[in-house]
Amino acid sequence: MTASSESSLSPAVDPLNGHDVRRDFPVLDQQINGNRLAFLDSAASAQRPRPVLEAIAAYEERDHANVHRGVHTLSHRATEAYESARKKVRRFVNAASEREIVFTRGTTEAINLVAATLSQSWTSGDEIIVTELEHHANIVPWQMLADQHGFRLRVLPINNRGELLVEQLPDLINDRTRLLCLAHVSNALGTINPVTECVAMARARNVRTLIDGAQAVPHMPVDVRAVDCDFYAFSGHKMYGPTGIGVLYGRESLMQSLPPWQGGGDMILTVSFSGTTFNELPYRFEAGTPNIAGAIGLGAAIDYLESIGMANVATRESALLKYATDKLTELPGLRLIGTAANKTSVLSFTVEGTHPHDLGTILDHQGVAIRTGHHCAMPVMEHFNIAGTARASLGIYNTTDDIDQLYKGLTKALEMLR
Amino acid sequence: MTDSADSLKALYQSIVLEHSRSPHNTGRLEEPSTSATGHNPLCGDKITVFVQADGDSLTALKFEATACAICTASASIMTETVDNRSRGAASETIRRTLDAFEHQRNLDDLPGDMAAFAEVCRYPSRVKCATLPWQTLHVALNENTTTTTTE
Ligand SMILES: Cc1ncc(COP(=O)(O)O)c(C=O)c1O
Repeated sequence: MTASSESSLSPAVDPLNGHDVRRDFPVLDQQINGNRLAFLDSAASAQRPRPVLEAIAAYEERDHANVHRGVHTLSHRATEAYESARKKVRRFVNAASEREIVFTRGTTEAINLVAATLSQSWTSGDEIIVTELEHHANIVPWQMLADQHGFRLRVLPINNRGELLVEQLPDLINDRTRLLCLAHVSNALGTINPVTECVAMARARNVRTLIDGAQAVPHMPVDVRAVDCDFYAFSGHKMYGPTGIGVLYGRESLMQSLPPWQGGGDMILTVSFSGTTFNELPYRFEAGTPNIAGAIGLGAAIDYLESIGMANVATRESALLKYATDKLTELPGLRLIGTAANKTSVLSFTVEGTHPHDLGTILDHQGVAIRTGHHCAMPVMEHFNIAGTARASLGIYNTTDDIDQLYKGLTKALEMLR
Repeated sequence: MTDSADSLKALYQSIVLEHSRSPHNTGRLEEPSTSATGHNPLCGDKITVFVQADGDSLTALKFEATACAICTASASIMTETVDNRSRGAASETIRRTLDAFEHQRNLDDLPGDMAAFAEVCRYPSRVKCATLPWQTLHVALNENTTTTTTE
């Protein structure tokens, strides 16, 4: 980052040396309330680099048509682009086959798909394990299902650093346990959970596993076969792709045995009033015209991330996390919520004598965008006995300048509020 | 920058900060004539308003809140503004206040110290913080009209 106007980590700890990532993101090039924009809310939704915006525009301007349907040129192009995005996703998470990659609206829809289909073979009294640090998207669908069919939800707790008490997992599993639902990374705390270990414990007892990877995929290399889970869900918009597109990875042998979910076009082979035969994987789970532009944008986001290298992303963000942690904890009265030994670049915090909402407004005035509130993880807030936190979450475009701006903004907020 | 800095100062002006740092009428009423709890799902904030009524007049108001400075100050000012009014007068004050925020009009005529909150209308995500106590009081006064007279 030598010629850049942005100061950054020293080249020694900066594996992206020379690649000024921030400049790839047009949205970051603006002033907010007269200040440089420090965007620290990527865990809610990340910004898109120019190649993603261009891929979507090129498709919309030249190639749009419905997929899997037409004999004409545009339909071929659209199908080609859509399926090529699926190939990129497969490679990116190292799935065995493209049949295991289902496009959804996002993580939430992917989890709901599993909830609606996998549960059809369960009976009243069967059990589902979730953890205390899950996003509501990995709690509520299971609660709804449990209420409807008499299933039971069990909760794996966390400690005061925000780490799962993994040693308690074997005791939660019994012969009624059907599924373990587990976030790879907590959006509220940043904790990286030992998913491979947890999945192994579950599989040893014949329990299916679903990993919510929404906050993992943007920040570290993910290999679904190494994790060995049955399902892995994530969203495009958290990994520098568009909203309205996400992925459900599902182990092929299991996916083959699941009943279809939504019915409609594309998910069938033949339809007659005497009966319908369903399409093969993954199309069986993609009823109706899909989000074609979204999938193409997601494919471009994967190309972009791979051009940087996920290992580089992880190394750089962890150096920035250390810088930010050291800096923020200098502030008197600041309490970090989520201090796991193994975490991604999320800094959730409270400051004595202030409310996160007020901090958020005052920071915004200084161009610093953070999120405040419960982050769709109310059980986590309950664990720490707080209503909410202020959360700065980092992405590939953040620099030490952003952290310094946050620090300065917080100092000013404290002057005003305390 | 100055424009925005001025706006921020107007939002967090001293009267708001004084009320949020040491809010008036906090705590519970042991046997309230009515009470209600309001939530702001956006931020997880929560406020409970307790009302003591003697016949037609509101004789005591208290609140308990886990909330931001804007919400806490608004609640504090509300309890002072509405205290000792008749039900009718209180309801009219609530209506006027909520209307002013909702339609962003007559903000200078807000009752009592509530005029200090006029600036909040420039912050769409924060208007709810200022109105939550008032909405909660509205619910308290309207949902339990039968029980409030039985004391
Ligand atoms: C850990 C986690 N799971 C699930 C979700 C839901 O993702 P989406 O809203 O894209 O479906 C989020 C997003 O906030 C998340 O952070």
